[in-house]
Amino acid sequence: MAEAKAVSGLRRVGTLAQRGWRFNVRWPVLPSFILVALILTAILAPWIAPYSPYKTDLLARNAPPFWYSGWYAENPDVEKHFLGADYVGRDLLSRIMHGARISLTVSAIAILAGMLVGSTLGLLAGYFGGLVDEVITRFVDIWLSLPFILIAMVAAIVLGTSTNVVMGVLALLAWSVFVRNVRAEVLSLKTRDYVALARVAGASTSRIVLSHLLPGVVNTIVVIATLRVGQLIIAEATLSYLGAGIPSPTPAWGLMVSEGRDYLSTAWWTSLFPGAAIFILVMALNFIGDWFRDRMDPRLRQL
Amino acid sequence: MQKFIARRLLFMLFSVFGATAVVFSMSRMTGDPMLLYAKPGGYGLTPEQEAFIRKKLGLDRPLVVQYFMWLNNVVHGDLGKTLLDERAVTKIIGEKWGNTMQLGLAAGIFSVLVGVPLGVLSAVKRGTVWDFMGRTFALLGMATPQFWIGLMFIFFFGVKLHWLPTGTKYGYEAFPMSWDNIRHFILPAIVLGWYPAAGFLRITRSAMLEILDSEFVKFARAKGVRGQLVIWKHAFRNAIIPPLTLIAVTLTGFITGAVVVEQVFAWPGLGSMAIYAVFNNDFPLLTGITLIFIMLFATANFLADLAYGYLDPRIRYE
Repeated sequence: MAEAKAVSGLRRVGTLAQRGWRFNVRWPVLPSFILVALILTAILAPWIAPYSPYKTDLLARNAPPFWYSGWYAENPDVEKHFLGADYVGRDLLSRIMHGARISLTVSAIAILAGMLVGSTLGLLAGYFGGLVDEVITRFVDIWLSLPFILIAMVAAIVLGTSTNVVMGVLALLAWSVFVRNVRAEVLSLKTRDYVALARVAGASTSRIVLSHLLPGVVNTIVVIATLRVGQLIIAEATLSYLGAGIPSPTPAWGLMVSEGRDYLSTAWWTSLFPGAAIFILVMALNFIGDWFRDRMDPRLRQL
Repeated sequence: MQKFIARRLLFMLFSVFGATAVVFSMSRMTGDPMLLYAKPGGYGLTPEQEAFIRKKLGLDRPLVVQYFMWLNNVVHGDLGKTLLDERAVTKIIGEKWGNTMQLGLAAGIFSVLVGVPLGVLSAVKRGTVWDFMGRTFALLGMATPQFWIGLMFIFFFGVKLHWLPTGTKYGYEAFPMSWDNIRHFILPAIVLGWYPAAGFLRITRSAMLEILDSEFVKFARAKGVRGQLVIWKHAFRNAIIPPLTLIAVTLTGFITGAVVVEQVFAWPGLGSMAIYAVFNNDFPLLTGITLIFIMLFATANFLADLAYGYLDPRIRYE
């Protein structure tokens, strides 16, 4: 019944299964479920993870996942590890759960910082035009022509590898796309009559920008943010994989994949599961982002 | 038109200049490159000898001066010498350049040959299983980290099935084309090309959908032109323009991707060299490689702009 209520906007035809399917197509049910589950996992990781993510156990080096019952029968002293253990016997499931924390916080903070800076610059460039616009746009163009990964690697080595540095570097990656899209949006908004009328009515510049233009571009900003988070998560994982991101022994997904690399032929699970976690999270975010865009701002479809 | 080209050229130079300045100053902040030769007073190095080496490398001058010295040399075709073994950077780039280009070319061919036709198919058969498969392919390409899918391919196709070599390239060339050589390119090219292929697919699909819905396509259908002819002659020709703009974006993807994919597949190209340079604090090598990447990107951007203007005369040049 709850479901029928939720789809009341649709025509009530078809069997329950058909209506359920339409609901599934219309709303991002599974992706939202996965995202909420991962966020909850990230928040609750210290309490629900079966082991400490740092606890090593040399007997359980590269212990296989639970379905290799033969291995566990041969090694009765080893505690059960649901997804197996890594090269120093740390429980993979626990590390993946804690890794969700790292991935989500780092990318969320980076996208917020990028959003703030990028949208501000976009608003300024679009509203003031002229020299301000020229300087900001040219800077963005140059910025986009930099090979980001090399800059990030250099930054990691200049400033040392730490979570804060990674956040900063990702924010540097995130901001430019906001400038371009917000600017384009503001350029068309500011020619509207209501903006001219506000000016005639004596509204100050800050008032026009903040309470007349900003609400008009909020949709764009939110849509770009959701579409971008996934890329930032992959960028973070890539940097960690290359050794220029989150430092060991922090349980970051990219780092875990790289730690499992040397044991690929004997212990594939040490690389597969953390990477699969990245994949599932990014997939869910992309689905939600696409859905959001189609609903709120279909003009951005080409992003 | 000439004004447009001049403007774009000027901007290209400007961005190359700005970008190298950023990279040069950043790479110099990694620490005193002198430390690579010896700790102060270490290995029996007298202060006089240290001062001599410093002077020889120009490290005693201010950073700005060092940058312009370097820039002056670049204009004369000299990118300096690597710090570790004093080899010419241009020589190293010359050796590795081909490997990266071959890989990039293979990945580019893969991404266009897969992305564009799948995009057309997806648009023409909208809402069918073909569309679903095409979009799934794109979604997977956008959401998988390249380093991970690369490792999984190595594990699955190389270690488990023994179908393909795991990509180590030493001694293998794209030309001459023999099956043994091509085999080495398959996995890295797919891994590097998947993400851009997804981009091509999405943009081709949306462009095709828009054009298939336009009046002239409907008219062509109404007057009885065969379905295939409408799709390829009327619609596709017009829909191919937006993917062109994507080429520039794709190229940055290749640069980032090349670093990762070359690391995963132990491919001896510029990407591997860049990682080597960063971790050895070898700034002449790093700035040289970055310069090549930036110039490549700027040129591609410039050409894409021109092609876009040429193919779509409606675009006005400022």
